[in-house]
Amino acid sequence: MSLAAASAGLALARRRQRRRRVLIEAGSVMLGLILLIWSLIPVYNMFLIALDPEEGEIEFTGNIWPPEPSLDAFGVVLTQADRYLEHFWQQFGNSLFIGLMTMLLTVLIGSLAGFAASRMRLGHGSWITNTALVTYVVPAAFLTIPFYRVIHSYGLSNDPWGVIAAQVTFATPFAILTLRHYASLIPLELDDAARVDGASSAQVFLRIYLPLITPALAVVAIYALVLAWNDYFYQFVLLTKPSQMTVAMMQGHMFEDPDAAWNAMMAAAIIYSLPPIVIFFALRRYFTAGLTMGGLKGTTP
Amino acid sequence: MSGTQQVLATGAVTVNRPHRPRWHWRLRSSDLTWATAFVVPYAAVFLAFAIYPIGYALWMGSGPSLYVDLIDDPLYLKTAVNTLLFAGLGVNLQMFLALLLSGFFMRRRWWIRALLVIYVLPWALPAVQAFTSVHWILIGEMGLVNRLLEELFGIEGPMWFSHWWLALGSNIAAYIWKWMPFWTVIFIAGRMMIPKEIHDAAAIDGATDSRRFVHITFPLLANLYLVCTLLATAWAIGEFNTVFFVSNGSPVMSTEVLATLGFRYTFDSAKPALGVAAVMSALPVLIPIVIILLRRIQAREMQL
Repeated sequence: MSLAAASAGLALARRRQRRRRVLIEAGSVMLGLILLIWSLIPVYNMFLIALDPEEGEIEFTGNIWPPEPSLDAFGVVLTQADRYLEHFWQQFGNSLFIGLMTMLLTVLIGSLAGFAASRMRLGHGSWITNTALVTYVVPAAFLTIPFYRVIHSYGLSNDPWGVIAAQVTFATPFAILTLRHYASLIPLELDDAARVDGASSAQVFLRIYLPLITPALAVVAIYALVLAWNDYFYQFVLLTKPSQMTVAMMQGHMFEDPDAAWNAMMAAAIIYSLPPIVIFFALRRYFTAGLTMGGLKGTTP
Repeated sequence: MSGTQQVLATGAVTVNRPHRPRWHWRLRSSDLTWATAFVVPYAAVFLAFAIYPIGYALWMGSGPSLYVDLIDDPLYLKTAVNTLLFAGLGVNLQMFLALLLSGFFMRRRWWIRALLVIYVLPWALPAVQAFTSVHWILIGEMGLVNRLLEELFGIEGPMWFSHWWLALGSNIAAYIWKWMPFWTVIFIAGRMMIPKEIHDAAAIDGATDSRRFVHITFPLLANLYLVCTLLATAWAIGEFNTVFFVSNGSPVMSTEVLATLGFRYTFDSAKPALGVAAVMSALPVLIPIVIILLRRIQAREMQL
């Protein structure tokens, strides 16, 4: 009896386990589908409107599928054939300049300060991080008006560098925090060995620190670019000349105007969305490495 | 002592920051010069573009009469409540869901990895454009959501921006859509730092997934969770783009938050000092948040 009962019981347990596994699998597929729809609906909507050929008319009749998809709107953006988009490529260049400079300066200033905070044994190097975090006491959007006055007193009104300064200011504390944390996973003995061999601090920075923290630098670079790319408020307040207009400002104007060509607006939005995504994918290898730092220890595949 | 406890006991050392010798490298004077040179660029940026504007803001918003004006404006009280609801609901929902979803994304399936890339997309999208799209999704009958509700279920969707709570809810949902991926990725990184042995040992002791989450994952991630929640709260209180582009304050300026109200005071009513006072009134909430944040980060290195 016992053998048959035991094997029957085992089979039952196994079946129960299998059913449980199937349930978990089905559940995660469901969750995956929900997440997919949730993440993509606004993106889908961008394409839905951009591919709708009706132009200028306010009658976007509300489709869930473009009835006659056409790339006209993209053509309008590329050839700058709309009153809002006359200077689209110049605006795109302005945005790109602000974004790349923010990225570059954040990486530069952040890595220098991060090196001093974590590798120079300044007694309490953490005070640099702590002071930096004070920046977040007042959120960026709360400081635009005072920032406008301050920038004016520096003679930087109507200058893209004013916007870059603002973005760098709000990106570096996060950069220092991230770099400091990442560097704490690299043994200080490496630096000591180099110093014993007579390397100066600058050499330790260039030859040891920078190469080893590349993944974290990629995280910081993407973060800074996305921060600058997301900005509307500072550009709106600090830049007024038409020649300095950025894509975000132009889209803000189109948003306020109910007569603007919606499909061209969304086509421009899609084109403007591309650079961070391209850079994100280009740096993705470093990015995942940077965020899963130390993961080697915990999870080996 | 069970296997789990043993590993936890020995694992405690590895979970904390790596061991580092206590002695300090005595700074040579040349090193001190270098250190100064490394910190100077940041110090300059910090003083010129953070401290000076913050001081200027405090000075601009220092007139007591401004706050009398604020209290007298019914719009201000409404806005303060909105900001609290927006930040409180938005951040807590987002962080809790991000923590759970980070567990989902730890599963080793090729399609879950592919999904993660799509899931992170909203974070990489530019805010103005993404929120404009969300605005059009919810714009009455023509909006995609209401069209889908009608086509698929035959339901007539609500006018999202005609009711205070629906418009506020839309703002919160849009905020979560944009920022939850960022925190999910941080929690994924945090989970990957937990030594696998701890989970294995718990599994051998027969702990179920939910018990492992409650007794292992959450306690080990608690500090990270708190630090991230505080940081996210400070950022959400100052959020501008979401509200400005999703509901744009409608219906009739009833869903404004402090940042957008400051914008309206400054540019629509030409009262910049009042605008600064409106946002500065959030300091009593923000300062404690940052103080706790600093303590938590100092107490233990952020366990990313």
